[in-house]
Amino acid sequence: MRKLLLLGDEAIAQAAIDGGISGVYAYPGTPSTEIMEYVQASKTAKENNIRALWSANEKTAMESALGMSYAGKRAMVCMKHVGLNVAADAFVNAAITGANGSLVIIAADDPSMHSSQNEQDSRFYGKFALIPILEPSNQQEAYDMTRYAFELSERMRIPVLLRITTRLAHSRTGVECSNPEKQNDLKLPDNLRQFVLLPAIARKQYRELLGKQTQMEAASAESGYNRMIESSDKNLGIIACGLSYNYLLENYSGGKIEHPVLKIGQYPLPLDLVSELYESCEEILVLEDGYPIIEELLRGMLNKGKTIKGRLDGTLPRDGELNPVIVGYALGKKHLQGSAVPDLVKNRPPKLCDGCAHNDAFLALNEALIPYGRGRVFSDIGCYTLSALEPLEAINSCVDMGASITMAIGAADAGLVPAVAAIGDSTFTHSGMTGLLDAVNNNSPITVIILDNSTTGMTGGQTSSAFGKIDNIVRGLGVAEEHIKVLKPLRKYHDENVAVIKEELEYQGVSVIIPRRECIQTLNRRMRQKAKAKTMNI
Amino acid sequence: MKKDIILAGVGGQGILSIAACIGLAAMEESLYLKQAEVHGMSQRGGAVQSNLRLSSDPIASDLIPTGKADLIIAVEPMESLRYLPMLDPDGWIITSINPFINIPDYPEMEDLMKEIWKLPRYITLDANSMAKDCGSIKAANMVVLGAATPFLGLEQSSIESAVKNLFKNKGDEIVELNLKAVLAGREHALKQM
Repeated sequence: MRKLLLLGDEAIAQAAIDGGISGVYAYPGTPSTEIMEYVQASKTAKENNIRALWSANEKTAMESALGMSYAGKRAMVCMKHVGLNVAADAFVNAAITGANGSLVIIAADDPSMHSSQNEQDSRFYGKFALIPILEPSNQQEAYDMTRYAFELSERMRIPVLLRITTRLAHSRTGVECSNPEKQNDLKLPDNLRQFVLLPAIARKQYRELLGKQTQMEAASAESGYNRMIESSDKNLGIIACGLSYNYLLENYSGGKIEHPVLKIGQYPLPLDLVSELYESCEEILVLEDGYPIIEELLRGMLNKGKTIKGRLDGTLPRDGELNPVIVGYALGKKHLQGSAVPDLVKNRPPKLCDGCAHNDAFLALNEALIPYGRGRVFSDIGCYTLSALEPLEAINSCVDMGASITMAIGAADAGLVPAVAAIGDSTFTHSGMTGLLDAVNNNSPITVIILDNSTTGMTGGQTSSAFGKIDNIVRGLGVAEEHIKVLKPLRKYHDENVAVIKEELEYQGVSVIIPRRECIQTLNRRMRQKAKAKTMNI
Repeated sequence: MKKDIILAGVGGQGILSIAACIGLAAMEESLYLKQAEVHGMSQRGGAVQSNLRLSSDPIASDLIPTGKADLIIAVEPMESLRYLPMLDPDGWIITSINPFINIPDYPEMEDLMKEIWKLPRYITLDANSMAKDCGSIKAANMVVLGAATPFLGLEQSSIESAVKNLFKNKGDEIVELNLKAVLAGREHALKQM
């Protein structure tokens, strides 16, 4: 047994490497990014030729992983929760095709929205797709469950979803790793029509998936990841899902809880265990670090059964991540509070780095837009979203990857002319290209600003699929050559940049302006590495 | 043995290096450890913190409950006060007094220091100058780590071997510099306690 100090994300990555994956597919997104990064940095992964490159988006990643599964090898695909929206078409249908080699999907949810635009719970997606879901309570379980997920997926011939949350993803602890397995050999599906979802075949496959539900539930009862911890005080029974189990334990020094606890780590729920707890206890408290999914199911629409406590009745807050104190209050425990934060402590929100190219680009855009007034800049997801805040206050939307261009089209259709879209390079190749094609076909009077810092900046500088390709993509999508302008976003070119933007704002068709300057963080990193290489040579 | 520690600073100031050193030292002493970090959006010049828990028994929660932190280790004075609700009534604050001013309404230094001086147990240090005296201002976070060492319940030798481990790829000179910084911080704290 090797014991390693790992983040939850890294525990999953190490388990996948040990579990004999042949490839991992992903698009960067907090809190899931470190899974791919760990595989990319792993010597073992390199020696074993494990494919580990960033995909253009979560959908392409999911489909590539499905293709690897088709070919009989073990594949993993990782994303943040909202990435699963992007991949949803492939995800839901992969449940209908089923897997050949194992297919494990990792969705990292972000309750409390530390780095996200919502806190949707990926367990809904797993339930929707009718596949097994695993939800670890700690980093060791993240490792063990990932290993188990590969085994389960291959045994049942279905994709398996593993759902984690930020706190587990980004917390480090000692993890014991078990013996590595070999990769699968190439092996086609026994039935070469398994992946052909023509209606007649899809109907058959869907019935097969429905038929497997009993088996999945049996697996949930047998795996040991759902277990009853008996105790004497049956006035209350507690259902603790995933990470919430730790917050529950934290409230009992010595680890002895006076109420029976059903610890949940695998879905579909084992009905026998749930029913045993429900029947034997007066009231039930449901702890879920996400949406109140089980709680809602237990209450039912009319809530006429036993008292079910949780997020829906106010015992726990309706939104946000759980923590030991919130869970303690739900159990009637008292918690200490240190002294209050003094008034002089001011907020320190995140902001664009000193020397960031986005800053210069938005200063120029803001000035060029003065004659038109505020409120016409649609933007997207990345570091540049921070330009919504003071002092720039340059953008008016951030919804989902790629929405800047398409929202600008709709706003222009409504008469808001000119409408501006501001999107990053990586976001553009993730989901902006199809929108730009719409704009060209529509001849929309919009100005698209592709902020090209040549990296995926917000998540820490991963390789951007767009690198070196943007100008040709834009040309290829049909934007007129004379309306494609590349700028150098530097203070000293401010006036010329403002003039170029002004000119394009006046044009009654699609313009694309590309302010191009490397991310200051990746530039500094490169310089440090260069300096280090130089000293090494001496 | 059980130590719950909040590490506080501004994104990019190196609190994760402090956490890594304490983590490695705790591993060397075969302690259990959990360390919740902040990645992603908040790293861009915003307030960042890390929950670090060490114990001779298994640790349940990745997060420290309010009022239970034994220590707040801060590399920035205003940030040292942001997490006061987390601090145990008997807990200590160890903080650098070098401000990182990247907001327009940063408080006056004098007022800030008065707030810190009101606390029952604190160590304050001019980590930047002390690091400069050791050879480089970049070691300021290691000076702060050093000032925290008398409160960690870890052997000084484990801390030192962790520092060696963490910086070994950067050459002997950098290792020596950081060890010196840790020692300087430690001596300062021992005098102020």
